[in-house]
Amino acid sequence: MKKFVAVLLVLCLAVMATACAAETTQPTATPTQEAVETPAPTEEAEETPAPTEEAGEETPAPTEEAEETAAPAEGDVMSYEEYVAAELETEVTIEAYVQAKQSWWEDQATVYAQDEDGAYFLYNMACSEEDYALLTPGTCIRVTGYKTEWSGEVEIMDGTFEIVEGVEPYIATAMDVTELLGTDTLIDNQNKFVAFKGLTVEAAGQDADGNDVAFLYNWDGSGEEGDDLYFNASYNGETYTFTIESDLCDSTTEVYAAVKALEIGQTIDMEGFLYWYEGVNPHITSVTVVE
Amino acid sequence: MTWRVCRRAAAALLMVCVALLAGCHGRQEQAAFTVPQQFDESRNYEITFWAKNDTNKTQTDIYKQAIADFEALYPNITVTLRLYTNYGDIYNDVITNIATQTTPNVCITYPDHIATYLTGEHVVAPLDDLFADPRYGLGGSELRFASPKLEEIVPQFLEECQLNGTYYAIPYMRSTEACYVNKTFVEKLGYTLPETLTWDFVWEVSRAAAQKDENGVYALNGQTVMIPFLYKSTDNMMIQMLRQLDAGYSTQAGEVLLFNDTTRELLDTVAENTAAGAFSTFKISGYPANFLNAGQCVFAIDSTAGSTWMGCDAPLMDIPEEEVVEFETEVMMIPQFDPENPQMISQGPSVCVFNKDDPQEVLASWLFAQYLLTNPVQIAYSQTEGYAPVTTTAQQDPVYQDYLTRAGEDNATYYEVKLRAVELLLEHMEDTFVTPVFNGSASLRDAAGQLIESVTKSVRRGQTVDDAYMDTLYEDTEALYHLDAISPAEDAGTMGPLPGASVALLWCLGGAWVCILGYLAFQGLRRRKNRTLQ
Repeated sequence: MKKFVAVLLVLCLAVMATACAAETTQPTATPTQEAVETPAPTEEAEETPAPTEEAGEETPAPTEEAEETAAPAEGDVMSYEEYVAAELETEVTIEAYVQAKQSWWEDQATVYAQDEDGAYFLYNMACSEEDYALLTPGTCIRVTGYKTEWSGEVEIMDGTFEIVEGVEPYIATAMDVTELLGTDTLIDNQNKFVAFKGLTVEAAGQDADGNDVAFLYNWDGSGEEGDDLYFNASYNGETYTFTIESDLCDSTTEVYAAVKALEIGQTIDMEGFLYWYEGVNPHITSVTVVE
Repeated sequence: MTWRVCRRAAAALLMVCVALLAGCHGRQEQAAFTVPQQFDESRNYEITFWAKNDTNKTQTDIYKQAIADFEALYPNITVTLRLYTNYGDIYNDVITNIATQTTPNVCITYPDHIATYLTGEHVVAPLDDLFADPRYGLGGSELRFASPKLEEIVPQFLEECQLNGTYYAIPYMRSTEACYVNKTFVEKLGYTLPETLTWDFVWEVSRAAAQKDENGVYALNGQTVMIPFLYKSTDNMMIQMLRQLDAGYSTQAGEVLLFNDTTRELLDTVAENTAAGAFSTFKISGYPANFLNAGQCVFAIDSTAGSTWMGCDAPLMDIPEEEVVEFETEVMMIPQFDPENPQMISQGPSVCVFNKDDPQEVLASWLFAQYLLTNPVQIAYSQTEGYAPVTTTAQQDPVYQDYLTRAGEDNATYYEVKLRAVELLLEHMEDTFVTPVFNGSASLRDAAGQLIESVTKSVRRGQTVDDAYMDTLYEDTEALYHLDAISPAEDAGTMGPLPGASVALLWCLGGAWVCILGYLAFQGLRRRKNRTLQ
């Protein structure tokens, strides 16, 4: 009897301990908005100061089942010219090759894609984390979404996608657009992987002591390590601003370190994606000091 | 095994289980915070401060200066600053760090977010006792800086930091929304701005501004782009419209009332005006300031804390200089349904202190949080944007009063639009309101905005917005934001069935006591029997 009582008591305590361990009181995050692409002019709204284009879209992730129903017939895929001609806010379907992944958040991916004819910015495309891992550079995807424009950036948003199997991967060669800087035709290459050659590093701002600096954390120097980097470079007497978008190239990347090491007056070559925000705002992915 | 050995083994096992149980509790729950009798200044403290700025270097400089000044007063406290540019990121990081007990010590936050943090045990330090502590509390005798007294914090701002009868935050800055109007355009259209904007007026003028020719050129600005009415924060838009109409949003206890007929009527109006080309949102089109300054918007609604971006002379500008057009900017209260009884939202950052195992560390954190209420910090930070200081001491400070009188002296510190935006808030503090805070209120806020975003987007995409659409929108939005899972606090009295583990635990406890009592009874009977036999 004594043994039985002792064993029972021990069992009781073991169950109590188990029950205790099971009852966690962890707060759970609710769907919040995401984003951060460009400097935010306001406090928030008041919660998301960055250009969060779309919160919690309801388009399903491209599960196999969804793909079967969402995928357009092959003939519905637009050429790049047809895409360009399409009206804003209309549904479009394109096929292109992943060039770079910018971010994934709450089952939404933002991706640069391109084919031999043109480039696309795929903003907040429905995508599970597992599918995001499959979006390696060169992968061909078919995307259906809405053509929209946000502060000058034309993009496909609220999209769904499927991977097109059996297609040779394609990685775009950087197109040299140096001579197009400052011209009206530069925008025709929006979102493409491009190169800028022979630009001169200019002062991006000043530090606390009033000394010129070659880069800033955030557009006005309000940020810190890990935030976007902004720097200026000139060509033919005109100065342009370039960005290391921290979602695309974070502080562990070579380009992030390279920009932090820039010195005013250096001549540099750059590659990156021709993003737009109230004017050209290239998202740079590599910087090489040439002299 | 002999009984003696068995008894020792059982005792040892019991000790182990009790220790495990105690350890389990210690790991899962932080101890409740109690204010120490004395701040131990013989120790060094390293505290972290997660702060939000509006991507504004002056603001980050003020944070850094405040830290330096505080550390000079308290050399044994080191404050490490981590900067954020939006509340959502802070919220997500805090949630992540609660799990690993690596929350910051002091954090800029929204009361909505604190409500979620509070679903963890003793995660956030309650501040009532700290407020009242005669030595280290508000206006305390042992403080090394001039702290405001409790009654010197603007009451309605302080009230916003109270959850379930307990203060979990202190207000840091306050703002509201303002309508930044291109007065030149309004008058060009033949209208005169009323003293107080009404929704009807704004919609009517916006539809008039949306007229364009067959080439897509707008008559008002001669450009191919015109968004007459552009709203930054559509959650605020819906919340304020519902409030002005005294329609449902939520109860204080957390019952969701958003999906009602008034909301549907408001969404119909949004749809109608979007179809007419009169309305869009920040998420869909871009920052209101950019369109306003380019002469592509008539009514731009944004926070007063975004006022330094508004107007053709704005000190902060995202569009190229050559795209800026000249116009007269009017700063007005957001549109009202009842101009005689205006209502506008109160918003802005608050500061919470996270609980830690070491009460001395929490006290050090509280000292820093409280330092953010001092006049130099309040006045300096409020001048960076259209913020109002949250203490009457700062608001009445001669330095701040002088600042208010100098509107328009320059386009930097004294930028006229910014100062008029602040005056708007200061004159209407009594007309501000906040929404109820509960676990899930942040989601409800997002859902309110999402309704407008979805309708606007659907209309722009040529989709049919009718009753069936609204029914589906309500269902989808409720599900997306898990609003059906919110349990109003009123239901606390009937908490529903116990979890299975709890039921098993209670049965085991009951069983154990039955066995113990049975054993004692059996022993008692046996002793009595033995005694009788002797």
